[in-house]
Amino acid sequence: MTEPALQVKSLWKIFGPNAEKLIGTPDLQLSRKELQTKSGHVIGVRDVSFDVAPGEVFVVMGLSGSGKSTLVRLITRLIEPTSGEVILDGQDITKLSDPALREIRRNKVSMVFQHFGLLPHRKVIDNIAFGLEVRGEGKDSRRNRAQEMVDLVGLSGYERNFPEQLSGGMQQRVGLARALAADPAVLMFDEPFSALDPLIRRDMQNEVIRLHHEVGKTMVFITHDLQEALKLGDRILIMRDGAVIQIGRPDEVVGAPADEYVRDFVSEVPKSHVLTLRWVMREATGTEAAGSPVLQASTIVRDAARAVLATHGPVRVAEGDRVVGIVDDEDILRVVVAEDAS
Amino acid sequence: MSTAIAPPRAGVKEEQPYVDPTKKRYTGRKLLGLVVVWVALWLVVKNRDTLELPFAQTTGLHTWLNDFRDSIEGSGQSNWFMKYVIGGISAALNGIITALQGLLSTAVFPRPVPEIGWLGVMALIGWVTYALAGIRSTILVLVCTFLFGVFGLWQFSIDLLIITFVAVFICVIIGLPLGILMARNQRVSAVVTPVLDLMQTMPSFAYLTPMALFFGIGPACAVAVTLVYAIPPLVRITEHGIKSVSANTIEASRSLGLTSRQLLRQVQLPMARRTIIVGVNQCTMAALSMATIAALVNGPGLGKPVVSALQTLNIGAAFVGGLAIVLMAIMLDRTTTAASERAERRGGHTDVASVGGPGVVKNIVWLERLPRWASEEGYESPPRKHLSNAGRRFAIGLLVVPVLIAVVLSRTYLSLAQFGSFENVPVLSFLSGPKLASVVNTVVRSFVDAVDTFTNGFKEVVTVWFLNPLQALIATSPWWLMALVLLAIAYFLGGWRPTLVTAVCEAVILGTGLWNDAMVTLTMTLVATLLVMIIAVVLGVGMGRSRRVDVIIRPFLDAFQTIPAFVYLVPALALFGPGRFTAIVAALVYAVSIATKLVADGIRGVSPTTVEAARSSGVTPWQMISKVQLPMAREALVLATNQGLLYVLSMVVIGGMVGGGSLGYIVVAGFSQRELFGKGLAAGLAITALGVMLDRIARHAAARYES
Ligand SMILES: Nc1ncnc2c1ncn2[C@@H]1O[C@H](COP(=O)(O)OP(=O)(O)OP(=O)(O)O)[C@@H](O)[C@H]1O
Ligand SMILES: [Mg+2]
Repeated sequence: MTEPALQVKSLWKIFGPNAEKLIGTPDLQLSRKELQTKSGHVIGVRDVSFDVAPGEVFVVMGLSGSGKSTLVRLITRLIEPTSGEVILDGQDITKLSDPALREIRRNKVSMVFQHFGLLPHRKVIDNIAFGLEVRGEGKDSRRNRAQEMVDLVGLSGYERNFPEQLSGGMQQRVGLARALAADPAVLMFDEPFSALDPLIRRDMQNEVIRLHHEVGKTMVFITHDLQEALKLGDRILIMRDGAVIQIGRPDEVVGAPADEYVRDFVSEVPKSHVLTLRWVMREATGTEAAGSPVLQASTIVRDAARAVLATHGPVRVAEGDRVVGIVDDEDILRVVVAEDAS
Repeated sequence: MSTAIAPPRAGVKEEQPYVDPTKKRYTGRKLLGLVVVWVALWLVVKNRDTLELPFAQTTGLHTWLNDFRDSIEGSGQSNWFMKYVIGGISAALNGIITALQGLLSTAVFPRPVPEIGWLGVMALIGWVTYALAGIRSTILVLVCTFLFGVFGLWQFSIDLLIITFVAVFICVIIGLPLGILMARNQRVSAVVTPVLDLMQTMPSFAYLTPMALFFGIGPACAVAVTLVYAIPPLVRITEHGIKSVSANTIEASRSLGLTSRQLLRQVQLPMARRTIIVGVNQCTMAALSMATIAALVNGPGLGKPVVSALQTLNIGAAFVGGLAIVLMAIMLDRTTTAASERAERRGGHTDVASVGGPGVVKNIVWLERLPRWASEEGYESPPRKHLSNAGRRFAIGLLVVPVLIAVVLSRTYLSLAQFGSFENVPVLSFLSGPKLASVVNTVVRSFVDAVDTFTNGFKEVVTVWFLNPLQALIATSPWWLMALVLLAIAYFLGGWRPTLVTAVCEAVILGTGLWNDAMVTLTMTLVATLLVMIIAVVLGVGMGRSRRVDVIIRPFLDAFQTIPAFVYLVPALALFGPGRFTAIVAALVYAVSIATKLVADGIRGVSPTTVEAARSSGVTPWQMISKVQLPMAREALVLATNQGLLYVLSMVVIGGMVGGGSLGYIVVAGFSQRELFGKGLAAGLAITALGVMLDRIARHAAARYES
């Protein structure tokens, strides 16, 4: 396997005075609420570890207050971690000096924020070029680069406008372009679309998917919207009270929720849109379906439905060339009908 | 205060009125009980131990202060601090002012006229205004300066401008970096803020004598008092501007890897620019206000003719001088405001409204929010046509030529150097100083005669029903009784902390030997504040409830706030003649705008959800005001009272010049009679102590209502 693009190893953030002293003490076993009443410390992020592969879209999700924003900010030390390691580009970010950290921020990681964080006194193009400007790039080269980004995010014609003259969705495109301009290895998004209305949000999600295809960046994407997570994520990390509850592919999270919390979370999801045949098939006991069509195990149920229902009797499910199970109308309908009932 | 009013439906939690069912304070009842006990005791022991000090009499402290002054004057050469530090500053300031005067306003022997005559000066002023603020401001400024000449007050006006600008210039050099430092360094802020607090609590009159002690009277002293008085608003607004750059923007910038210098220069300063210019506007207005008052320490400027006119009760002449001051205030306010609007034609918004108010502007006051509709409207207004930057620079460059020609002409022709008399020019003759003064005198006389019954009636009612009884109670109570009463009030209203401060302030007042005078001043302050609050609540509720009323009244309040304190004495004197009542009326007019605005903003700040919920449960408009809006705006009411008290105190002592008597008069006398200098200094001290005491009590009372 290739090196992960980003590695997080048992990362902690505890808010409050002298929080480092708590690391390694039994107090850390306490729940968030208990610790808060006992010493006034608030656990923001509790022992979180994960790897992100190059080019992967890694989604972090959880309810409000679960520590998502804190987690992404720890990665570039916009908030100082209490303990743990963040490995990016072969270096442990948590040990870097301030200038070295600034280098990382300027060149390796970019971030897109929920509230855009644009500079109102600069035109769109200068906002996008801002990161290049602070790292000392010449005027012509940064203008050219910024212009490319403007075109990439579809803002051509608005370069000379000021941010407040743009709609929310367009402002976030500026935020996106600014993040892309530095050509970072990793892009991080903190609930970038939750301030936008649903239609614009869908547009922007598609935009991210498109950009991901075009530029192929590694992305860490924070959201509290499960639909968004399932739509964008290659893998999803679910957090509660600062801790990791589950990490897995969308179909794993929906098909095998780690606990009640996650089950609750995913209960509203149309399962047929997420689950693959792997989750609904039965053991192939013998040769009963010989000669029937073969579908791949990674096919989404919804996409398989037509083929299965059109066939009399079961259909074979294969992992590559090997047949691993069968599904029949019954199996498909169980998933689809269960949704209508709920 | 015993019935807690719950809003019909809970809105947002922070916006609920202060209701703490577990902790009933019964403040109202306690205060009532206190008054009963006080009056009962007073009946028994009145007129004893009142510590009255006849005007010409001095105490040991006063003579000691006189000696101290003498020793400072004598030590000019021997003491290194006096010689090099104070002496150096003083000489530098005097040098700068004299040089500027010789250049622009005053004839220096052997020249019969200043280096640059009026035409040249006007051209220069117009050019600077055009460069900073644009064509509209320029026209306004040129008309105003021309009128100064027509009034026959050219030299005084230019002198006042010189003092104001030198002071503002120094304020910016010191205040801007200090404000930035405070925004970026918590510790500096923690140290400097209390100092600024104290400076802003001190009534302007209290600055004069101590400064005169070190700088002697004259231009240097005028600049020094103006500087000290005008710098706090600039520092605070700068700090606020930098600090209020949104955390989102700061975070986003940090994520791009900015150094802290880049953050300051590329993000914080540009985004705070407009707010900072509002700070300069505030600083300028405060400076103008103080520079006029500095006439009392022989500062050059328009204050001088006004002071002498007031002292001879020449209303007409005082009116002309006052009018010139108001014109100057308007022109400076418009120009700096236009400059701030230009600074950020796009983007930058500021939540600091121009309060323009001289006097004891305090932290929360200058943070007065723009009413929501005001900023929205500003936002939507269609962009006016402006010259592009390059075009404007070109125009400015081009204009240098006519300006230089005007300067040269004004050095060549006497009539262009010295403002002639306009007695014989058709329309303008009417506006020439003496003519205008005599017309005003006639009009005022007939007007005053016409409204005599009304004004006298008002004066009678207030004097007989409020002023006299309260003064009898406060000033003829034995000092120890009065001291205890004040301590008790402080305790009931604000807890033990203001009580401690009160005790210290009382000790200071006792020490100055001016207890009785301080109590008379206190009485006037309380009566005027009471009147202020009555008017402020009536107007403020109207404004807070109706946008239309707000639109009508607010411009008047804004205009009132731009007028330097001094000027208020003129109409008050015209209507009521010399006396303490005049001081009260001037104070009332001076303080009412700020108090009204605070009440209005408080009423408007009541959450719309709560108001809607109350309306849905069927309250009458009167119930809405008395049971929902006023209780929920309690913090604003107390705050308005706090500001009202300080504004009133500041003005009541200035009223000493027009027969207000007590502490203010002693300060004034200290400058005219050498042997009373020490007493005047003590009076300044007593005024400060009184101000700090009132401020702390009111502030802690306000803090109790904070959510
Ligand atoms: N500076 C701080 N000091 C103390 N506690 C903090 C601080 N910042 C965050 N917290 C706490 O840490 C927890 C996690 O906050 P965080 O903002 O990361 O949540 P989130 O998952 O991003 O929520 P949301 O969806 O609302 O943005 C919260 O309980 C919050 O109260
Ligand atoms: Mg968050």
